Amino acid sequence: MDIPYTVEPRQDTGLFNAKVGIWLFLASEIMLFGALFSAYILLRVGAGHGTWPHGLLNIPLGMTNTIVLIVSSITVVMAWASLKMKNFARFKMFQSITLLCALAFLCIKAYEYHDKFSHYEVNLKVGSTVHLEDGSTVQIKDGDFVDGHLLENDADKIVIHGHVGNKVEAAKVTHAWQERAIKNEEITINKSDIKIRLDNGVPAVGADGKPALDMENYGPRHLTYMSIYFTLTGLHALHVIGGALVIGFLWGPGAAMWKTDPERYTNRIEISGLFWHFVDLVWIFLFPVLYLL
Amino acid sequence: MSDHDNAHDFKKHVKRYLFVFYALIVGTVLTVAASWLPIESVAVTVSIALLIACVKGFLVAGYFMHLISEKKMIYGILTATIFFFAGLMYLTIWSMNKHSLIHLQYAQ
Repeated sequence: MDIPYTVEPRQDTGLFNAKVGIWLFLASEIMLFGALFSAYILLRVGAGHGTWPHGLLNIPLGMTNTIVLIVSSITVVMAWASLKMKNFARFKMFQSITLLCALAFLCIKAYEYHDKFSHYEVNLKVGSTVHLEDGSTVQIKDGDFVDGHLLENDADKIVIHGHVGNKVEAAKVTHAWQERAIKNEEITINKSDIKIRLDNGVPAVGADGKPALDMENYGPRHLTYMSIYFTLTGLHALHVIGGALVIGFLWGPGAAMWKTDPERYTNRIEISGLFWHFVDLVWIFLFPVLYLL
Repeated sequence: MSDHDNAHDFKKHVKRYLFVFYALIVGTVLTVAASWLPIESVAVTVSIALLIACVKGFLVAGYFMHLISEKKMIYGILTATIFFFAGLMYLTIWSMNKHSLIHLQYAQ
């Protein structure tokens, strides 16, 4: 028995069934992302004054990813329009660009994730000194820390490309544009000058049995901001992967339907396109919320 | 989109899609440019960014997802979704209000 209403609209809804199905699914997706946005708002407003970080993410990369998704959105809709105009070759060309955009988006996202896992906050003992690129030294005061990317990790020293910050001064940064004014350079730190990490007031021990150093990368556990960042963008990236798999299937093996049932195939492309536009729509809000505010 | 659209109509649609595409790119550049402005007020910064994001969202949903000219059934589904989404956001904001029942309960 054939599946009903794959092409012709139902009389009561005026739509083919898959279209009602995808919109019901997108409605549940709106609530899913809505719940996480709600969590973001609560975490952000509930954060103590000066504790919410700004300027941690690379804006040019985030902007590039936004443009990549916008390009993929126009190619998806153009691919569907090409099928409506019975131009299968153009459809294939546009959807291949969509798939390349999905791949580019995921590669950039993976690079950004790697960047955060190599970005460290190092807490130093008061009175110790760190060596700057130009040969000068900085004596560490109470509340000072070194923030930047780990370049070298030797047995007795580490090299960070970053800056010496102070917790009181850092709390005054409330906008991303203030963070951008900070100058970064190579800083060499002796491991013996790094504080020992305390877990519930007790000195922590590392996997090697030695005292654990008070330095941590910007992974999900480092800050509340990082945890919501990884949750939101991770879930979004899973949607990009899911959408790309469906579009890829319809572009490759699934395209055989164009010869047997072109109208049904065109409808499938429209449905996959609606999902893809939703993924773009979510990113349109994620970008300013996570990168710019 | 109705089935009686012919190739000529789709060519007109394509022009509209391209216009929306350019508008989305301009919106993205404007959002980033606005973030470079040394605006002190957090409320103004948030408002500008979310306003541009809402316009971009409207363009994607309205034109790429064809919500400008959809059937009543879809509007019905989305109206229910918007109701619950707004309720979720209202609860979020309400829970942050110092006079809300949640805070009064914890204050006792």
